[in-house]
Amino acid sequence: MAEIKLDQVNKRFKKNWVVRDFTLTVADKEFVVLVGPSGCGKSTTLRMIAGLEEVTSGEISIGGRVVNHVPPKDRDIAMVFQSYALYPHMNVYKNMAFGLMNRGVPRDEIDRRVKQAAEILGISDLLQRRPAQLSGGQRQRVAMGRAIVRDPQAFLFDEPLSNLDAKLRVQMRAELAKLHERLQSTIVYVTHDQIEAMTLADRIVVMKDGKIMQVGPPLEVYERPANRFVAGFIGSPSMNFLDVRLVEEAGDLWVDGESFRLKVPRHRAPAFRGHVNRPVIFGIRPEDVKERPGDALPEGVEPLRAEVDVREPIGSEVIITATVGSHAFTARISPNVAVRVHDPIDLAVNMNKMHLFDPESEQALNGL
Amino acid sequence: MQITRTQSVLAHVTLIVSILVIAFPVFFALITSTHSFQESFSFPPKFHVGSHLLENYRTAWERVNLGRLLFNSTLISVAVSAGKILLSLLAAFAFTYFGDFRGKTTFFILILITHMLPLPIRIVPTFELVEDFGWMNTYYALTIPFFASATGTLLFRQFFLTVPNDLADAARMDGAGPMKFLWKILVPLSKTNMLALFMIEFIYMWNQYLWPLIVTHTDDMRVVQIGLKMLLAGEEQAAEWNVIMAGTILAMLPPLIILLILQGSFVKGFAMRQEK
Repeated sequence: MAEIKLDQVNKRFKKNWVVRDFTLTVADKEFVVLVGPSGCGKSTTLRMIAGLEEVTSGEISIGGRVVNHVPPKDRDIAMVFQSYALYPHMNVYKNMAFGLMNRGVPRDEIDRRVKQAAEILGISDLLQRRPAQLSGGQRQRVAMGRAIVRDPQAFLFDEPLSNLDAKLRVQMRAELAKLHERLQSTIVYVTHDQIEAMTLADRIVVMKDGKIMQVGPPLEVYERPANRFVAGFIGSPSMNFLDVRLVEEAGDLWVDGESFRLKVPRHRAPAFRGHVNRPVIFGIRPEDVKERPGDALPEGVEPLRAEVDVREPIGSEVIITATVGSHAFTARISPNVAVRVHDPIDLAVNMNKMHLFDPESEQALNGL
Repeated sequence: MQITRTQSVLAHVTLIVSILVIAFPVFFALITSTHSFQESFSFPPKFHVGSHLLENYRTAWERVNLGRLLFNSTLISVAVSAGKILLSLLAAFAFTYFGDFRGKTTFFILILITHMLPLPIRIVPTFELVEDFGWMNTYYALTIPFFASATGTLLFRQFFLTVPNDLADAARMDGAGPMKFLWKILVPLSKTNMLALFMIEFIYMWNQYLWPLIVTHTDDMRVVQIGLKMLLAGEEQAAEWNVIMAGTILAMLPPLIILLILQGSFVKGFAMRQEK
């Protein structure tokens, strides 16, 4: 197992910079997830670590060894592909053994490792089958088995679950987490699914347009997004962004959207003082906008009256899109609240969880 | 799609008529090859099996040394088919997997152009080349000029393009070099294409007449198609259709056997691909 280090890595395809100034150290045994919309350079970054793409500039080292010019097979890493990339004409056993055979591992050692990996993954009775005879989930396991038998320094996963149906994806996600615990291996994992990122990662790397937007543990990224992009990308339904002004009145700061006003909690105010009387982007997550519980509101929770525009019951809760003046936002309310479309609704906004962003740089203003 | 009764009847009638039209000459050749010389000219033609079967076949076999010719034809057809498959595999591999080497497009277009030139157009320069090499009347002359195959290169290239890139990447991660990837992954996957190409090229080679005629001059180097022609023009007298048909039937056998052998795995190959 080993540490993976990327130092100022750049990648250019013809005239396009696909990855820019990527600097990251993945600690030994760490599970790091690269997440971002398609085309953000996350897969390219993974392929550069694998050695399948050359770096345009910068340095990649694995286990303290610079590998820029080391071919993939000598980097001692294994990769699981989105399409699984199983060899269609070989049975499961041979698919898993192929890499070891190429490395001249003795036959009985190959046999031992393949059988052990098959047991870990619960595919021991499938060893003689061909990929075409397997279900999606089984193929996925074989692809992982092919990586495990190599006992590599690190694992790379390129959207491994995106070809599975929703139910299987949840199951495999849990198994992946267990597998990581068991193997105690360094993992770099690419996905566009932020739930996968949140549930699996020790640390998340959010990318956009080839650049790192934020690196941190899942909850930290969720609670303290560094900029508007991260705030909007992580979390579902995504965070509300409202164009407002920050005003000061009687010693308190207020978020002023013309048609509504929300007081900034005292403990959050100092960080924002420099932006008084300027336009800002007010960010609040849907789960921090709920139905108003009663007349007495807890500290930092502000009332807001709005009109219901769209109502989407999902069982455990109802997601509504509401409007106040020219602003529209989503809120998550209890299914017990009887509201219909076009009804007015009294909401409570938990301003303790508010975010402010600079409208130009889109960076978070929070001095959290 | 639901097929109505009328459609089904129509389809069957069409198929049966087609089979009759296609099979009749073969059937007639078979019948003719069992009759005597006189009977083969009788009118109306006879449609029953005659009594001269063994005699006709023996005559055909002995008159033009048909055994040797069949051997030659089989040898060069197998060699050329195998050579074409090997060369076009390698060429297609280079075109598909070796990035952007210099002049890639030019080379590819050049190969395609050869596809557009039929053998008769190339025959004079190729003849001179073979003569300069001192290959006249040898198996080299009968095989090597046919090794390059635009059809094959195109066929394999198109197939390789459908092989997912991840497979090549996975093989690289698994420590397989380019040649290992070719032999261990691509070749097994190309089996159906190889069999198809083998069949097409075998029959193409089997039917060659002009080129073998001009590059060989001794009877032991001739091929079976020339043998048939020799049967036709062998004597001063009228053509002995019974003997010629016997020779023709014999000349049909090796491709037929190859077809029957390969058919099984050919169909299986297609079925496998359906499964995917």
